[in-house]
Amino acid sequence: MQHGKYRFIVGFLALPLGLYALFVVWPFIQSIYYSFTDWTGLSPEFKMVGFDNYTRMVHDDIFWKSLEHSLLFALVLPLVTISLALFFAFMINVGGRRRKGGPAISGVRGSSFYKIVYFFPQVLSIAIVALLFAFAYNPDSGAINSILRGVGLGSVQPLWLGDPSLALWCVMAVLVWSTVGFFVVLFSAGMASIPTELYESALLDGAGRAATFFRITLPLLWDTVQSGWVYMGILALGAESFAVVQIMTTGPGGPDYSTTVLVLYVYQKAFRDGQAAYATTIGVALLVVTLAFAAIVMRLGRRERLEF
Amino acid sequence: MGSTSNNSAEGVGRRDLIKRSAALGLVAAPGMGLLSACASSGGGGQKKDKAGKKTAKNPLGVNESAQMEFVLFDGGFGKEYAQDAVKIYQKDFPKAQVKFSATQKIQSTLQPRFNQGNPPDLIDNSGAEQMDMGVLVGKDQLSDLTPLLDAPSYDDPNKKVRDTLRPGIVEMGQFDGNPVWIFYYAYTVYGVWYSQKALNSLDAEYPKTWDEMLAVCEKAKKKGMAGWTYAGKYPYYIPFSLYPMIGKVGGREVLDAIDNLEPNAWKHPAVKACFEAYYELYKKGYILKGTPGLDHIQSQTAWAKGEALFIPNGSWVENESANVIPKDFDLAVSAPSGIDSSDKLPFGTIWASGGEPFVVPAKAANPEGGMEQLRIMLSEASSKNFTSKVKSLTAYNGGTTGITLTPGLKSGVAALQLAGSNVVNPRLQDWYVQLQKEKIGVSGLGEMMAGRLTPAEAIKKIQGFADEAAKDTTIKHYKHQ
Repeated sequence: MQHGKYRFIVGFLALPLGLYALFVVWPFIQSIYYSFTDWTGLSPEFKMVGFDNYTRMVHDDIFWKSLEHSLLFALVLPLVTISLALFFAFMINVGGRRRKGGPAISGVRGSSFYKIVYFFPQVLSIAIVALLFAFAYNPDSGAINSILRGVGLGSVQPLWLGDPSLALWCVMAVLVWSTVGFFVVLFSAGMASIPTELYESALLDGAGRAATFFRITLPLLWDTVQSGWVYMGILALGAESFAVVQIMTTGPGGPDYSTTVLVLYVYQKAFRDGQAAYATTIGVALLVVTLAFAAIVMRLGRRERLEF
Repeated sequence: MGSTSNNSAEGVGRRDLIKRSAALGLVAAPGMGLLSACASSGGGGQKKDKAGKKTAKNPLGVNESAQMEFVLFDGGFGKEYAQDAVKIYQKDFPKAQVKFSATQKIQSTLQPRFNQGNPPDLIDNSGAEQMDMGVLVGKDQLSDLTPLLDAPSYDDPNKKVRDTLRPGIVEMGQFDGNPVWIFYYAYTVYGVWYSQKALNSLDAEYPKTWDEMLAVCEKAKKKGMAGWTYAGKYPYYIPFSLYPMIGKVGGREVLDAIDNLEPNAWKHPAVKACFEAYYELYKKGYILKGTPGLDHIQSQTAWAKGEALFIPNGSWVENESANVIPKDFDLAVSAPSGIDSSDKLPFGTIWASGGEPFVVPAKAANPEGGMEQLRIMLSEASSKNFTSKVKSLTAYNGGTTGITLTPGLKSGVAALQLAGSNVVNPRLQDWYVQLQKEKIGVSGLGEMMAGRLTPAEAIKKIQGFADEAAKDTTIKHYKHQ
């Protein structure tokens, strides 16, 4: 009986696992292999060079800068995005004032409208979002500085993306804006499945909004928050951060390397400088960072499951 | 057996989600996988076609029935000029089949084919997805174009192709030694671009010395117009007027030393004088406010609207900004202003060089066909066709009589005439892309022009970058011959 079960399971899994091995695992192994060569990416010839690419990476200032920014992305973005999303989702679903004759638990006035508005950025491709914000950040005729002038702050006209101390934050703000809506919807769905009795009893005990949130909503939503965290971190390390940095920033990656990230550096080395082997080396470093990030979040987030 | 699987269905679901998102990261992380898959599958490459007989009409010995494949970069110049040239090829070789395609994705379409050893016969390797020329040459992926240069020209059998070209074209195609790997078909004039009308309204002439330049900027400032703007997000546009100025002030050797990555090349007094001159534009507030945050299109638009007088740029600006440049703008280009009368070279010293690099791959099946196609494009008729269609000069020396030139193009031809033999051709931007663009451009000049570095600091930083590049064993180094 047991034996038959495994054969049954294997029968189902063989095809997907085979595809996974072919299109995910195998390219990985190849990438790691190429990081030990001097492959240019422009001709089929290459030879093994041992750890040369790795020694070079360790001494490469731009690599360390990119790593620093990528780590900052992976720490700050999930923190800001998820906190904001939790706040919005809480206000939309639970945080409303008690209205006469209404249900005990409800969102703020017009919450269904907000829910849709928050989700809007999600339907735009990240490339379009980045372009729109590149226009908004234009110091000469962009929306932000025009608004500042409009409200009488004509003397405050930052260079935004042209200023090394602001550029990275400008880019992060765009990512927060474009992803927060997704998490609002995700957390709203999670909150909807928390039984109302729990809230009602908390209300009877005299709990305010903050206490309700930290004692009831957050603990019961913990699993969703945790997966959201990993997901957001991966976005911040990967494709999304590449798109905004590549499209919006000076250079790209500037000014003065203030916005360069690992994915951008991989791309530049492989496709601009014809150093595909070195690019795979940085890719391997990025892989290590991503795995470490996921592992840390899972470990730190481990808690007792609450049954309800 | 069911007992093991139903106790926490929901938990498994969520955990799975986490695992999947982690897996997503794994896919995204190296990303190089699919690309690398091409390299290892590379076979022996394709078979060469047999060369044809060399005759007076067919000096390159093209196989008349062999297929010729031509891949064009479909960019600012469009594809019509090349299609017209392909038609002539087909008329000359009616038995040959020509496969023509135009794309913006040069690298994505052609990199795998280089890796597999079956590249096309002629490529316009240009645009954002340009394949690194240094690597292509270093890995013996390109054909030497000397046979083409020594072949009789399309129009005159007594004149070699080599002798019909503008200055610098052949040299630009060489890397080290004599072989010519790249043929630059378009001819670009770099310099300071402005509206003659705006200058007239200030009662000013184009300034020849830096004192005059500052005076003109002051006049403009009084009228509420900035003196300069530039592509702040891509500050590697600044060299288009700065490098020839350095060449004018200190002589060609200074630029050659910079290109050769010689120690202390950037510490030459001429470099210092020019950096300080440009920094003065910032200091005196002659640069359009917000410029460091503008990209090339935004800065060109501000300039076309008359917010700034001068912009360092190349001759493509006329086409690129055609929709924002007013009809009565009277676009003009000038060689950069110098410092004063003690400059080494006369006023008019300008940067002009080839653009649109065409290459014939070494492993092409029909390299003679590719070269013949280029020979056709270098006839006077094809060159004229290009100039009148896309408002740009070609490598063919001449080809501007009998067609109406746009204001910018006319002024470019005049600037080249004024320059005579004083055409400089700095090579950093094609030899060391990373050094020129993100190091010297963004981190050096960009920071200085935004006022975050003094000229002395910028020079020190740039010299550091140059020294680093000179020592870097992973990049190929070149020297002026």
